[in-house]
Amino acid sequence: MSRYFTEDHEWVDVDGDIGTVGISEYAQSQLGDIVFVDVPEEGKELTKGDEAAVVESVKAASDVYSPVSGTVIEGNPALADTPGLVNEEPESDGWFFKLTLSDPDELSGLMDEIAYAAFVEKL
Amino acid sequence: MSDTEIPDEIAPTEFPAQTLPLDGWHRAQGGRMVEFAGYHMPVQYEGIMAEHLWVRESAGLFDVSHMGQLVFRAEGGADVVAALEALLPADIAGLGENKQRYSLLLAENGGILDDLMVTHLPAASPFAVDEEAGEPAEPAGWSPLDASPTDPDAPTFYMVVNGATKIDDIAHLLEFLPDGIAINHLEEQALLALQGPKAVDALARLVPGVEAMVFMTAGAFDWNGVPLWISRSGYTGEDGFEISVPGEHVVALADALIAEPEVKPIGLGARDSLRLEAGLPLYGHDLDPDTTPVQADLGFALSKRRREAGDFMGAAPILAERAAGAASKRVGLLIAGRQPVREGATVVDDSGADIGRVTSGGFAPSVGAAIAMAYVPTELAAPGTTVTLSQRGKVHTATVTAMPFIPHRYVRAGGPK
Repeated sequence: MSRYFTEDHEWVDVDGDIGTVGISEYAQSQLGDIVFVDVPEEGKELTKGDEAAVVESVKAASDVYSPVSGTVIEGNPALADTPGLVNEEPESDGWFFKLTLSDPDELSGLMDEIAYAAFVEKL
Repeated sequence: MSDTEIPDEIAPTEFPAQTLPLDGWHRAQGGRMVEFAGYHMPVQYEGIMAEHLWVRESAGLFDVSHMGQLVFRAEGGADVVAALEALLPADIAGLGENKQRYSLLLAENGGILDDLMVTHLPAASPFAVDEEAGEPAEPAGWSPLDASPTDPDAPTFYMVVNGATKIDDIAHLLEFLPDGIAINHLEEQALLALQGPKAVDALARLVPGVEAMVFMTAGAFDWNGVPLWISRSGYTGEDGFEISVPGEHVVALADALIAEPEVKPIGLGARDSLRLEAGLPLYGHDLDPDTTPVQADLGFALSKRRREAGDFMGAAPILAERAAGAASKRVGLLIAGRQPVREGATVVDDSGADIGRVTSGGFAPSVGAAIAMAYVPTELAAPGTTVTLSQRGKVHTATVTAMPFIPHRYVRAGGPK
């Protein structure tokens, strides 16, 4: 399984043609206390860069963009009642949604963990 | 032929943000700095939610030095009470020494130019004039806008106005106050707010005597030789104090306060969620020149005597609106579901047409729900009324709710100890 990151601080784990999407540790630390997450519904067709989810901190609302194109299989049901999971476990249990990738070649345009760490370092 | 273009005054945002005396202190405390009202200010330290809850259970220290601190005094027999009453709807004549009152700066059309606190200073205050020298005795850094000799026997008033509006406020006051009223802008004074149920315990250890004051009273105190002007007031709904201190001593005072076990530094983020839960309007959001005290549900700021006399700026349109009833009202909203509905969202009718606007909103940590303030048509303003909101293409349901959302816990005269 490989993990890729966007410059907008989403991550996607890819296992076969299934991708799991969330936001990075850096992103959650910048957002602060997360009080609401709106995840996409099963069956939603997403194009890379589409607004896929909304994350609301105490202070502000932010869009989460889909790092890849595909069809949503599942939104994380745990986030409805415990949005704070995104603060606690942003890169594991606090995932946002899973989708079936329609164009795995898009992954080549994303950063790997080392490149993303270097990207964040410069912010 | 074309309209004559009159260039606007340079907007404050065109200037780089300024730093306040506690700037380095905030950074050393781990504050995340943002630009607010033209200054670098801390939005949070450990996190807005934790800071908010800490203030409700213990005590939080806020730097509000961006706010404008003004002193008004008469020169040569001018009547400072009458001068202030011409501009404010408050009963200034009935405001005893060391008493503080919430008031509004109003435009001729009844619009709100700012909201503020005004206090009747006693003869001996840190802002008193040294009669021998004709100069302020303490503190240093006095910044007179008008340096004429003043009348030491006339009453003097201290006013705290919003940071983002202070320059416009001073311009308005200079334009409309009569000759013979001097305004001093205390630019070298810092201002701290210590808020929360344990604020009194922490502050009384450093400054004995503050515990004897009640809500909306103030007094002069001394801390290790540093003159302080302290009021028992604030903008969180909790008991607490606001402390005016010379800028050169504010780092030492802030250090001493956070060394008390009850006290942590709190950023602007929690200040906003605390005042929202307390139902307190924020100027520039819930109040602006297009809203009146009647629409804003601030009728308590229009004193009875002043309403009957109708002799303050903006009185005619405000009193007419008060008699006829305002078309819209500021109300509190409890939002269904968890998603915050924020400033900029609209109140819509059954057809989806805009009939009102949300002016503040967010997640309320102590309520555990999303809340908001909005202007709605008066027929929808009764508590319990269901209203529909629209935000970014999504519809939300909300219930009009009496404010405050969290009961105020002020320590009032004659109240339980």
